[in-house]
Amino acid sequence: MDTKEKIWMAIAALMLIGVYFVPIWSISMDAPQYPEGIGMNITVDNIQGKQKNDLKNINGLNHYIGMKEINPNSIPELKVMPYIFGFLIISGLVIAGVGNEKWILFWLGIFVLLAIAGLVDFYIWGYDYGHNLDSSAPIVVPGMTYQPPLIGSKQLLNINATSLPHIGFYISLLSMGIASTVWWKSKKD
Amino acid sequence: MNKLLKKSLLWPLAAVAAIGFLSVGCSSNGEFGSSSDAAEKVYVAPGEHDEFYGFFSGGYNGQLGVYGLPSGRHIYTIPVFSQTPTNGYGYSEETKSMLQTTDGFVPWGDAHHPELSQTDGETDGRWVFMNENNTPRVARVGLDEFKTQEIIEIPNSAGNHASSFVTPNTEYVSAATRFSIPMDEKNMENMDVSIDSYKENFKGTISFIKVSDKGKMNIDFQIMMPGFNYDLSHAGKGPSHGWSFFTSYNSEEANTMLEINASRNDKDYIAAINWEKAAEYAKQGKGKMMPGKHYRNYIDHEEGGVAKSEVIEKVRVLDPRKLEGIVYFLPTPKSPHGVDVDPTGQYIAAGGKLSTVIPVHSFAKMEEAIENKDFEGKEQGIPVLNYDSILHGEVENPGLGPLHTEFDGKGYAYTTAFISSEIVKWDIETAEVVDRIDVYYSPGHLMIPGGDSQNPDGKYLVALNKITKDRYLPTGPEMFHSAQLIDISGDKMKLLLDFPTEGEPHYAQAITADKVKERQKRFYEIDDNNHPRATKSEKEARVERDGNEVHVYMTTIRSHFAPDNIEGIKVGDEVYFHVTNLEQDWDVPHGFAVKGANTSELLIMPGETLTLKWEPKKPGVVPFYCTDFCSALHQEMQGYVRVSPENSDTPISYGTGE
Ligand SMILES: [Cu+2]
Repeated sequence: MDTKEKIWMAIAALMLIGVYFVPIWSISMDAPQYPEGIGMNITVDNIQGKQKNDLKNINGLNHYIGMKEINPNSIPELKVMPYIFGFLIISGLVIAGVGNEKWILFWLGIFVLLAIAGLVDFYIWGYDYGHNLDSSAPIVVPGMTYQPPLIGSKQLLNINATSLPHIGFYISLLSMGIASTVWWKSKKD
Repeated sequence: MNKLLKKSLLWPLAAVAAIGFLSVGCSSNGEFGSSSDAAEKVYVAPGEHDEFYGFFSGGYNGQLGVYGLPSGRHIYTIPVFSQTPTNGYGYSEETKSMLQTTDGFVPWGDAHHPELSQTDGETDGRWVFMNENNTPRVARVGLDEFKTQEIIEIPNSAGNHASSFVTPNTEYVSAATRFSIPMDEKNMENMDVSIDSYKENFKGTISFIKVSDKGKMNIDFQIMMPGFNYDLSHAGKGPSHGWSFFTSYNSEEANTMLEINASRNDKDYIAAINWEKAAEYAKQGKGKMMPGKHYRNYIDHEEGGVAKSEVIEKVRVLDPRKLEGIVYFLPTPKSPHGVDVDPTGQYIAAGGKLSTVIPVHSFAKMEEAIENKDFEGKEQGIPVLNYDSILHGEVENPGLGPLHTEFDGKGYAYTTAFISSEIVKWDIETAEVVDRIDVYYSPGHLMIPGGDSQNPDGKYLVALNKITKDRYLPTGPEMFHSAQLIDISGDKMKLLLDFPTEGEPHYAQAITADKVKERQKRFYEIDDNNHPRATKSEKEARVERDGNEVHVYMTTIRSHFAPDNIEGIKVGDEVYFHVTNLEQDWDVPHGFAVKGANTSELLIMPGETLTLKWEPKKPGVVPFYCTDFCSALHQEMQGYVRVSPENSDTPISYGTGE
């Protein structure tokens, strides 16, 4: 790796700092009684309503159908994720310093695996919330589950839920892309 | 009262009206129907918003009606001077104080003239002020939450009719007494004297209420006036900024059968008041601090949304006989009613209700006459200017019984003619009538959005008619009043729409929706709820006994109360339900009603706390429930209170779910 490539690898690692400041994923819900929209954003360490009280109001609606309360404090993944990105940033910087392109491949591999693990975890989380319903809930629709889509839109009773990656996710993709390019270039040298 | 007076005074002239039509010339639009494209012009598609919010005083219902324009749809009614069961205003412990006066709790008012706050002579969407005639008061309604936020009583006044008109930057809201009363000049006391001593003893007052940036009102000064009846007002603007104009009738100072005895003089007066100069005098400590006990009631969500009352004992009174240059009389023919200043601030039009012309005074000529001391005399120590010296012109053939004028900002004025039931459009410069349209029937005020400001939205005009008959399905002897929306965007006025209004609206004002919508409150932040008895989570819900007072700290959220089972209440207890709505979602109020309670329900907005006082009279189990359909499980939103006999020892207990 030449100096230019080292700098680019360092950029790939450092840009992940941005993930701490923007949402990674977003779930929006549309319903006739919410013309102004309601939804939540998942960040590296939290789940927040898009508007100030959205999470409270979503939980309020969920209690009718027996969904568990979404409580960011009780979701362990949100405690771990900041460290995972911290690890990626530091290890990426080390690789940039050492300048061994094979390590980039290793770094990318771990990154992709973590990303896949994250999506799987997110799916399981959604499955759990959508399926494990309180049987004493006021509204029980036979056969109905409320798992949000992993990606894309899904009609859940009168609510159309849309789940999409947010800026943090695209920053991660860009970081991977830059690291891949650095690896590709330096391999050819 | 005003309506009655107008009716009794003017109906005898109705017969003359027919003849009047012949000699004055027929109205150009002979029909009362509307044009074929009218429906399209007032149609607001489902989900779309009206262009304007219209605020219509409710007259004897004491409230403020909010209407969308051009659709004429009734949007909401804001309770102001009357107890209102819709949301418990004036019934709940938090709002009762709003209706406190020196006459005690007054649960009803006669609301007349809504007036939007202004900045730089333009409506600004902060507040609407409204006067109460019967028990003299002025209210300030916040347009952020569409709630009455403050009510101040006007002391030394006996009928607050010429009110509530604002100056171009809302420096002041003015108020003048309709009825003069015997007032001792030493202590402003309403005296026990013979009514026929009117001329020697009766006096009137004109008050100026200072408005702070946050809205707080206080009476800065009052001006002691001759014992006339003061009717209406408007503030000067542009070149006439710093002045306010008040019409008066009964310059004869009659005290009985005014329909004859107050109609004798060929001219009454417009009182021109230099409020800027008067304010200076007040600031210098001129005049006298005199007794003037009055209440100021205010509600403030920063202070928990609980209305507080303060009593103010004194008021500064200025005597225009001693303080030169603050009041001049402009002679104006025959019992003038409305007084309206055009958007440029140069002309002052009066509605001489018994006059066959509309007199228009020129402010520039008035100033010149004052400069030259061109007085025709003095009236009880106040200089009277020369009619001919100050006249800009007289509008000929303005219809019979001209009352009120508004302006379109394009050089035209529009005046309602009460007796001949029409609106007459005239050119302000030439004082010539250019158009007229029949209205149905007997219009009092009229309104153009921003029509008394320096920048009217001269697109629509609303005629506020006093009689409805024939316009809608008949309802029995009493029918509420009608408003008519008229297109004034072209050369010819065109009738677009009839819509009924509640009570007897007097004046109305309107503002573009854009100036209000964005600042609209959707709910109250529960974290900012500083109510001393708020319950901010279900965990805090509880019942506490304090002697024979029981305080229930209750929460509501879709679809349950906490607690919903209460025992240990006894006959003879005073039970206070302090209900906090925990919702933080737009448009999810919850209601609260207890069987047999002697007040109204509560309607608690999201994040708000309200208190219902209940005195159970007999043992048993009493249900309570939510009155506002809040969710699919609204019907299940209920609970019970067990009431035991007075001397039983049932302990306080309560359930907050399993
Ligand atoms: Cu409810």
